[in-house]
Order: sequence, then C-alpha cells, then structure tokens
Amino acid sequence: MRTVAVVGTSLAGLRSAQELRAQGFDGRLVMIGAEPPYDRPPLSKNFLLGKVSADDLALAGQDDLDAEWRLGVRAEKLGRDGVTLEDGTTIVADGYVIATGAVARTLGAARCLKGVHTLRTLDDAVSLKRELAAGPGPVVVIGAGFIGAEVASACRLLGHDVTVIEATPVPLASVVGPEMGTVCAGLHAASDVRLIAGVPVAGFAGTDRVTGVRLADGREIPADLVVAGVGARPVTEWLTGSGLAVDDGVLVDSGCVTANPRVIAVGDVARYHCLLRGGRVRAEHWTAACEQAGVAVANLLAGSTVTHFARHGYFWSDQYGRRLQFAGVATEDVRIAEGDVASKRFVATYHRGEALTGVFAIDSARPFTKLRRAL
Amino acid sequence: MIRACSVSELPEGEALRLEGPVPVSVFHAEGGYYALDDTCTHQDASLADGWIEDCFVECPLHAARFDLRTGVPDCLPAKNAVRTYPVVVADGVIYVDTRAQRDVA
Repeated sequence: MRTVAVVGTSLAGLRSAQELRAQGFDGRLVMIGAEPPYDRPPLSKNFLLGKVSADDLALAGQDDLDAEWRLGVRAEKLGRDGVTLEDGTTIVADGYVIATGAVARTLGAARCLKGVHTLRTLDDAVSLKRELAAGPGPVVVIGAGFIGAEVASACRLLGHDVTVIEATPVPLASVVGPEMGTVCAGLHAASDVRLIAGVPVAGFAGTDRVTGVRLADGREIPADLVVAGVGARPVTEWLTGSGLAVDDGVLVDSGCVTANPRVIAVGDVARYHCLLRGGRVRAEHWTAACEQAGVAVANLLAGSTVTHFARHGYFWSDQYGRRLQFAGVATEDVRIAEGDVASKRFVATYHRGEALTGVFAIDSARPFTKLRRAL
Repeated sequence: MIRACSVSELPEGEALRLEGPVPVSVFHAEGGYYALDDTCTHQDASLADGWIEDCFVECPLHAARFDLRTGVPDCLPAKNAVRTYPVVVADGVIYVDTRAQRDVA
C-alpha cells in the first residue's frame, strides 16, 4: 500500500493517521478535511465558559505525521478513480479512511431565524459564545441529551435564565436508563434550570429573530437565544455512487472495514457491527473514535479484517460542576455500588443476572474506573 | 516539605491528593512513592483518581498515561508532562517536597 487518503480530519481521522504511522505505514499519507483537527468535547463546556481558547483545542501529534494536508476542501465523491475534492482535484490512493464525522441536526423551521444555534463545530461555538456575551436574555435549550445539558449548564454558569425542553419524558433514559436519567434530570433543577420534559417543540415565535419556542401543548417559552441539541447526522452524501453501503452511517463490519477491504470507516460516521451488543451501532463518542482507529487501520494494512473492535462504550459529561461518566450498557437492574444518589456523588452499576453490564457515576472517577475495568 | 500521610495510609496501587494552590498527588506504585502535579495536562481531571499500573498512572477521563518517575505521558491525548516532586519517607511518614518541583523536558 503506497498511498492512503484519510477523508475527514476529525479526531477519528487524525487518530487513524497516527495509527497508520505507528503501525508502520511509511507511504504517502493525504489528509483531506474541511476543518483542521481539533478536540470537540470542550466546545460545549470550558470553551463556552471561556476557560479554554481555540488554541487549546489543538490535538497533539499533527506535525509528526509527515502527511500532505488538503484542508479547507470537502471531499465530493469517492469513485473507482479516487476521491474527488470540491476544488476539482482527485486523489488516487490504495487505501481510504472515511472519517467525515457527523453534522448537527437542525430544526427545519428555525433555520432562517436569528438567534437559533446548533453546537457541533468550533465556528458554532464561537458564534454561540459571542451571542451569549451580548446579553443576559433567556436561553432555551432544545434537547436534554449530553450536548443540551452541557450547554444549559454553561449558559446557567454564565448567568442566563435557562429552560431545557426535552421531547421524551426522561432525559438520557435511552442511554443511562430511566432511573439514572431521572437523577440527571434533577441536576438541572438543582441549578435553577427549568426542565420541561415529555413535550415536543411545535415551532418558533419571531419574524427576524427568535423570541420564543412554542410547545406542542400550546405553551410558548420566551427566548432570546435557542440552542438545538437534537443529535447529529453522519456525513455520507459524498459517498453516493461509491458502491459503499450507507444507512445512517457507513456500514462496516466489526473491524470497521466496508465491503471493500481497501476502505475503512471510523468514528461518528461509521455504523459498525458491534460484537458486544449485537447488531449495528454508531458510537458518537470521543473514546470510540480513538479506539476504532487502531483496529480499522490494522485491518486496512492487513487487507482484511484480522482484528475486531469490541470495546464497551464510554463517555463522560461535565454538567453544573459535576462530572458524569458512563460505560457499558444500561439494564433495568440498577444498584448503587458506592455513595448515595441524594448527595449526587455515587457509582451505580447495571446488571443482567449476575453479570455486570454497565457503570454510571457522578463525581466518583476512581471507583468508576475500577468498575469500568471489570466490565 | 509537606507531610502527605503515614506509609500505612497509602497501600500500593493507591494515590492521595494533597490540596494546595496547585494540587499535588502522591502515588504508591511498584514499591516506590512518587509525587506529581495532580491535574492531567490534557483536560481537567485528577490523576489521583486514575488507574495505577506498573510505574504509570492513567488519567480517569481520557486514558492518557503518565510515567510516575518522570511525569512524561507515553500516549495521547496528553501532550505535556506533569511536574514531579521529590518524595522522602522517614519514620514511616511520607513527605513531598512541593517547593522543589522538577520541570521535565
């Protein structure tokens, strides 16, 4: 293999490039991306709070890659003759890494209203931060998932009046289960953030700029600023006609390899066959992006799937000055292993029969780590 | 030098955070005692909460590993080393010389 093109300079793309070099690939390495690599998790936390700058988000190791960087251009097409960029150039490679990530889902009706934001990229965060600094107006966050909760937390710490609207009855229940989801919901109230759960958003008020959010039950919540944290969509449009199977992500096997062994997909864009859970999943998490890269690259260099990605999902979130960590799979059998829920400092474990399936912790990193290793 | 704790209070594989203007932690690993700045250089996390194995501590948040002897990370995502401090054990008590911080290369 003489040339490898990494499409997408996200964390997953950068880690793949690092793994290529670490695993002995000494050929031509082309890095194609709309944006330079940076670390995304702080955007909804310390970046909004002004505790870290854009410079602090740089990911280590970019300079050591001996790579050819094609930044500021998107890939338009992947075909037999290579990957074609929007500037018309085509890069012919022997191996391709698809790491184009995902983009924030938007709420259609709000797209043309000023004051309605999503948060995914550095540009999004810069623009949101600038608007937050402009005034203390009421903020409505749509979606009480991790991004929504983190943004709500940051806005509250910045002194805004914040309301969070969540369509499902219990935030995060699909991830951490209803019991722990209820605990997470309580974090909002404890910091004087209103949570309206179980009510979908029906629309927006305002002509030029948003003035409120209309709920399905007829209420209208005043808003000077709206942040929609309603999930992300994998970036796969450019693969139309590539012959690769795409269905809510690039379909890959348990080694992150597509039906074409010269093409691998990693990170948010990859929908892989999960050996631990059965079925296909996308793992939109920082740690998965890092861990998948090593597996996928080993398979690319080997020419077939010789190693499999079989790690339990892990993610963390910082909200209202507390650190939440979760690993594994949530089941209905939840036990408190350490601490107590009332003090919001505890470790909960999830079980199936006698088997440990998952761990959730608030402000308890040390026991969490021990239990995570027992998964 | 500041008193960290008695030897009996820090079994092997454990760490203790010493609160101060800059938190420093003392680690007991592989039969030795080591003191490092407690905060991971990648993102805000306490290394005293990390996983101690061989002569390394793994950050509890993102799994960056630091060599307890030198403070140097041996893998990403951390880019920079944490500072290390001399540790002295006398009469069953562990002391850390927090004023003699050693900047690493």
